[in-house]
Amino acid sequence: VTVSAPGKTADPAATSGRLRPLQVAWNSSWPLAAGIAVALLVDGLLPGAVGPYYSRIALDAGIAMTMALSLNIVNGMTGQFSIGHAGFMALGGYTAGLLTYYGSLWLWGSTARHGGAFGAGEWLFAASCLAAALVAAGAGYAVGLPSLRLRGDYLAIVTLGFGEIVRVILQQTNPVIRDAESLRNAAWNQLIPPPVGGSLGFVGLPKYTNLFWVYAFLAVTAVAAYRLKNSSLGRAMISVREDEIAAQAVGVNVTRQKVRAFVLAAAFAGIGGSLFAHESAVIITPRDAGFQRSFDYVIMTVLGGRGSITGVMVAATVLIALPEFLRDFEQYRLVVFALVLIVMMLVRPEGLFGVHEVWELWARRRRRGKKTNA
Amino acid sequence: MADFIQTLVTALAVGSLYALIALGYTMVYGILKFINFAHSDIVVLGAWISFTLSRFILTRLGGDLAAAPPWWVGLVVLASAMAACGLIGFTIERLAYRPLRRAPRINVLITAIGVSLFLQNFGQLPFIFGASPQRMPELLPNRELLRLTFGDPAGEVVVIGLVDAVIFVTAGVLMLALETLVFRTRLGTAMRAVSFNTDIAALMGIPVDRIISFTFVLGSALAAAAGFLYAMRYPGLNQPADAIWVLLGLKAFVAAVIGGIGNVRGAVLGGFLIAFVEQFGAFYASSNYRDVYVFALLIVVLLVRPTGLLGSPLAEKV
Repeated sequence: VTVSAPGKTADPAATSGRLRPLQVAWNSSWPLAAGIAVALLVDGLLPGAVGPYYSRIALDAGIAMTMALSLNIVNGMTGQFSIGHAGFMALGGYTAGLLTYYGSLWLWGSTARHGGAFGAGEWLFAASCLAAALVAAGAGYAVGLPSLRLRGDYLAIVTLGFGEIVRVILQQTNPVIRDAESLRNAAWNQLIPPPVGGSLGFVGLPKYTNLFWVYAFLAVTAVAAYRLKNSSLGRAMISVREDEIAAQAVGVNVTRQKVRAFVLAAAFAGIGGSLFAHESAVIITPRDAGFQRSFDYVIMTVLGGRGSITGVMVAATVLIALPEFLRDFEQYRLVVFALVLIVMMLVRPEGLFGVHEVWELWARRRRRGKKTNA
Repeated sequence: MADFIQTLVTALAVGSLYALIALGYTMVYGILKFINFAHSDIVVLGAWISFTLSRFILTRLGGDLAAAPPWWVGLVVLASAMAACGLIGFTIERLAYRPLRRAPRINVLITAIGVSLFLQNFGQLPFIFGASPQRMPELLPNRELLRLTFGDPAGEVVVIGLVDAVIFVTAGVLMLALETLVFRTRLGTAMRAVSFNTDIAALMGIPVDRIISFTFVLGSALAAAAGFLYAMRYPGLNQPADAIWVLLGLKAFVAAVIGGIGNVRGAVLGGFLIAFVEQFGAFYASSNYRDVYVFALLIVVLLVRPTGLLGSPLAEKV
């Protein structure tokens, strides 16, 4: 059995044994810094350059990329099959919404946006995103630990069931409390279960999501995913994907790897959910925890190539942008998507990019070209 | 007491629907070892084909949809829906699943999701069934078959509806027929052999592909029957891509897993079990959480007995 390890295998640090901590920090921090710089640029330039309509598509695409990348850690790298990802997303979205909405009421007495760019309101939002990640990760651990001992397709059903349970539970929540006065006078039975709007959805969240936050969190997700893929931890996950029994035989704790992947993916999904919930003209509802949204993200990871980070990003962008240009064919959209999915599995089951990144494909083609020249 | 028996009656009717659908999941899983996500959509097609056909027949008979139709209309509709869905199941297996016979299971699973999405959204196109809910014509008069009274003086009443009784009997007949087919005929022996070990079955001269096709036809026909009966009991038909259908299929799959997937008797047991949990939970606890009970039961069963109630422990082959 060959356990494929994608990426650079000739990394000098990898062959010489241990990585120095400073180098590890550098390897992670420069792409992250670059990503955040890109996010600043996108936020500053894109709306002026292409107008609000395309900026909105870019925003949606950024959230979809975050979600698809996080799902890719479980479905692509570890080879498990989770189809309840939207459950974690909704859980994160509701957690963050609870914090920003009632936090704003408590701190500033109103639920409107507070402060300008990088003002107090935005930092409350960023902190809520991290809290959402923690709560979603906790849920991922609680669901993952018992169910990841099961074989692949049972896991699919348990995750699907999880998403549905989240949806049903969110439907039973209390109505949103409108202002600070009623919040102070609220009785216990108005606060438990939490007042997040029931089946109508969490209405009135402050709309903090903008291009900067979306692309900054996307940068964090993408860099984390890429660093994970090329780390020993990621390789352990990939070995689980390639052959569970062989991985176990060489000393990989299979269940632990699966739980890790699951928890990580859930955490990033929580962030994605928070970004989604605070997007303008969006109301997060219990339906967002349902399997239809989960399927969207599964399709993105499958089309992009299971394990390819750039591939998944390309697929997510295409799948978000395409329907916008096919508005007139709305009813045929999902028919076509379904056919593409089936044909893809029959013709090119490894996805558009397989396990490779976009630049690896280009480099390989150049190498092949050189060989024929010589 | 009367409440208890009334809930029991409902659970038996709903449970036989779950059992019929679960049989299709379990048979396909037993042989091909993957979850046929498109199975719930065959149920949808069964329900919608029944709707289209019965409306067609009733308008031909005289155009009066309100009058009670002759007794044979239901049988004709049931038989044609089963035949049509059997054909659809055969086509799906031939075109989408057979080319992937040697592919990793996850690819087949994704294809199944693709087929499921396709059927849902294709069925919803304006020239197929359309994207709005419809009302199934009443093929059976919606009257009481039996009325039991309890208590002294007789105050509590249990009503057994004709539709519930018909559902239970039809499903029972179909399940007995399947039981006979699987355990008493040569074809059934071949099916069990293929399920036990495909490669060795092929070596023994069993036409594996033909048996798999037959299994799909059988499962799809049962699903169509379930769809027909479902439409009789809940005449407000939701549009083909509605989430309610996926949830129905999901519960039936849960039934198959709880009973021990791959085990035909287990699927029936699981179907009735989750119907009991759902109906009694809804009645005695809270009906808002009826879906939660089912999935909670699934998680408990999987943790305590990962192979299901009647499933045999399976060693992982290296």
